[in-house]
Amino acid sequence: MTTFDAAIVGGGIVGAACADSLSAAGLSVCVIEASGVGSGTTAAGMGHIVVMDDSEAQFALTRYSQQLWHELVTELPTNAEFEICGTIWIATDSVEMSEVKRKQESYSEHGVESEILDESSLRTAEPNLREGLAGGLLVRSDSVVYQPVAARFLIDRAKRRGADVIVGKRVIEINGTGVKLADGEFIEAKNVVNAAGSAASDLSPGLKIVKRKGHLVITERYPNFARHQLVELGYLKSAHGKSADSVAFNVQPRSTGQVLLGSSRQFGAEDGEIDYAILRRMTSRAFEYMPLLRKLSAVRVWTGFRPATPDNLPYIGKMPAQDGIYVAAGHEGLGITTSLGTARLIADEILGRDSAISREPYSPGRDLIEH
Amino acid sequence: MTRVATDILVVGGGAAGLSAALAASARAKVTVVDDNPLLGGQIWRAEMGKFNSPAAKGLVDAVNSGEIRVINNAQVFAAAARNTLLAETAEGRSEIEFEKLIIATGARERFLPFPGWTLPNVFGVGGLQALVKGGVPVAGKRVVVAGTGPLLLAVADYLRSKRASVVAIAEQTSASRLGGFAASLFRSPSKLVQAAALRAGLRGVPYSTDCWVSSAHGEKALEQVELKRKGRTSTIDCDILACGFNLVPNVELAVPLGCEITDGCVVVDKFQKTSIANVFCAGEPTGVAGVDSSLVEGRIAGLAAAGDQDGARSLFAKRDRARRFGEALNRAFALRDELKALADDDTIVCRCEDVAYGRLTEFENFRDAKLQTRCGMGPCQGRICGAATEFLFGWKPGSVRPPIFPVKMENL
Ligand SMILES: Cc1cc2nc3c(=O)[nH]c(=O)nc-3n(C[C@H](O)[C@H](O)[C@H](O)COP(=O)(O)OP(=O)(O)OC[C@H]3O[C@@H](n4cnc5c(N)ncnc54)[C@H](O)[C@@H]3O)c2cc1C
Ligand SMILES: Cc1cc2nc3c(=O)[nH]c(=O)nc-3n(C[C@H](O)[C@H](O)[C@H](O)COP(=O)(O)OP(=O)(O)OC[C@H]3O[C@@H](n4cnc5c(N)ncnc54)[C@H](O)[C@@H]3O)c2cc1C
Repeated sequence: MTTFDAAIVGGGIVGAACADSLSAAGLSVCVIEASGVGSGTTAAGMGHIVVMDDSEAQFALTRYSQQLWHELVTELPTNAEFEICGTIWIATDSVEMSEVKRKQESYSEHGVESEILDESSLRTAEPNLREGLAGGLLVRSDSVVYQPVAARFLIDRAKRRGADVIVGKRVIEINGTGVKLADGEFIEAKNVVNAAGSAASDLSPGLKIVKRKGHLVITERYPNFARHQLVELGYLKSAHGKSADSVAFNVQPRSTGQVLLGSSRQFGAEDGEIDYAILRRMTSRAFEYMPLLRKLSAVRVWTGFRPATPDNLPYIGKMPAQDGIYVAAGHEGLGITTSLGTARLIADEILGRDSAISREPYSPGRDLIEH
Repeated sequence: MTRVATDILVVGGGAAGLSAALAASARAKVTVVDDNPLLGGQIWRAEMGKFNSPAAKGLVDAVNSGEIRVINNAQVFAAAARNTLLAETAEGRSEIEFEKLIIATGARERFLPFPGWTLPNVFGVGGLQALVKGGVPVAGKRVVVAGTGPLLLAVADYLRSKRASVVAIAEQTSASRLGGFAASLFRSPSKLVQAAALRAGLRGVPYSTDCWVSSAHGEKALEQVELKRKGRTSTIDCDILACGFNLVPNVELAVPLGCEITDGCVVVDKFQKTSIANVFCAGEPTGVAGVDSSLVEGRIAGLAAAGDQDGARSLFAKRDRARRFGEALNRAFALRDELKALADDDTIVCRCEDVAYGRLTEFENFRDAKLQTRCGMGPCQGRICGAATEFLFGWKPGSVRPPIFPVKMENL
């Protein structure tokens, strides 16, 4: 029986990226995915590749990952719909405009260029925004990807390097010698990477990953209705609120001409059913920014579960006191962006290499209760 | 936004929905919702505001004149809760609360991809009929009607009555299967008379069994179709091609309500009750079996939902006969395997997202194909390509996400 260098549990964007990085380093890899490659939270997300400045650690990981996406661009297939459309953070009033200025300085200190837009340049950039908004911050280097295709591309590249990908089987237990499948089979591996997304705590008890439900709506095709990813500046307030349900204006232009509208955040909602009350809060919020959205034809609404951690940072790295077990999970609403950086950090740690950014802030040990 | 509350809600104003509403109205407050401007459904679709079938007119008049509340031009697009449906009307969103629900949403046509099927002037048989009823002229046009089932004859006859020149009817099923089916009609004489009348009406039109369209050709629009019969190929000049490859039950509303579905049909008990306690289903969503079956299923569902179990019971035998006819029909006109091999690699399968046959062949299920190629992600949500890929590849169609029809964002 073969012993793999690494077994990866989960074929979402994070597991796929890990398979890619580890196989690129020459390791023999086996991915075990219970349902379908890229069909979990990865299929439900928005695919906005965005640098976020809510904490130093978030900035470092998103920025590093974005650079890796840019390196990947020429290799991605065209149906990955990768487009550097930029983000505009929208300010409604003068108070938010001062936040725009602070944000610009912070981005600039970290080497990310951005431009402040006043009221009229914002309208020129995005004619469908309502009049009377104060302005915004344009970050040109942010992009959008169609993530299920990106995940499959990464998995296929790993396969071409010899990786095994087992689809349709569930892992029920992991330990330092491999993974046990629901059908009783045991796959031996020197290292195990738990990339099971919002289910990661089931396999690694102690991790504090909870599901944070989100709704999205997609429209028929309206080319150029929006040109950048548009996000309200208050987004972080919504993203970091810990208890109440929240909504924020977040619009994404797809390369198909469709408009993808987010987003809502709910804790404690376990079923994937559409909650029309919060969906309407979300659309009403969006109409305040873009009134014409009302008249667009919505073709589909869906929900997804962000794997959330208490401090909004993912768990990346070795489980303390568990040799050979690594975690790459808990990426909340940024896992598409940060998948590539995550995979590099995991590969670095397994191979004993230095990393481009400090790994310490993401260590799973930070939240585990000591016994 | 408007709010409506009713004892019994019927979704669909076709044969099944109308007879359900009428049967239930003796004992309960009934509301019928349909997305057309007039009641009648597919078979009785009014022609320029007029019904040309006396049976249809009788039923529609009875429903319109009673205590029944009729909401036309309203498309039910989602279930907001176990007892609330959401509909889009000209006035905006409507929330309809009910004690009991009767799903009578009918069926749609199945399209199969063959080279040229997306050319202008290639239609579904039912779709073409609806267009002509809506006023599109076909006089003098050369029409080929192809596919399978009695609908081909009904539509060919109708087109002739509108002075189209039907140049060929191509029926894919074999002569022997058809013969077996015709023999079984002796048990339902009224059907036999209908069939004979249709054939008489179509005297002079070449009708071939074992025959199907293998491709359609034309510069900007259809000019010619290629027919295959017993290994031989012939071409025929025409202006219009009308295809019909059987019907697919509309179960998109039953699914989000949690109703059990087997083989693409809503599962019901003898009283037409689904696996969900207060939800009934009648007509084609339970399996395509013709208008008589829709009518009697509708009555049973209406009576049972309104609490008249005995009345419902008295119709079981009649319903079972109608169903058996439907089953014989489905056997006689089952699609032959050769139809799976018509598409080329670059034949479009998903029209909404422009996905060609060749790209789909690398996948093992609809879900993967959908995620990777966007097949079925367009506005029709896979209603067309899902039914096609089910036949072509044996894939279970993917789930339809709400809204089951596109709606304005403000009406969600
Ligand atoms: C509404 C919404 C919008 C979002 N927008 C963005 C955005 O714009 N930008 C961004 O960067 N991120 C966004 N995200 C976040 C992003 O989608 C997630 O962070 C990311 O997809 C997580 O990837 P993952 O691989 O960890 O998880 P998943 O994609 O869920 O993958 C985990 C996989 O593991 C498998 N699995 C689980 N348990 C087992 C087991 N026991 N055995 C075998 N397999 C198992 C599952 O089947 C699944 O496929 C959004 C998320 C949501 C919900
Ligand atoms: C395109 C087409 C043409 C046909 N033409 C003929 C013909 O000429 N001769 C013949 O014998 N048979 C024909 N049939 C078969 C015909 O469907 C049955 O004979 C009969 O009409 C079935 O009755 P029903 O009530 O079950 O369904 P239908 O008559 O289909 O009635 C269902 C009704 O529900 C409505 N509906 C569905 N979903 C919703 C929703 N979510 N919200 C609101 N309303 C909704 C539909 O628009 C329709 O009006 C045709 C079928 C199709 C699909």
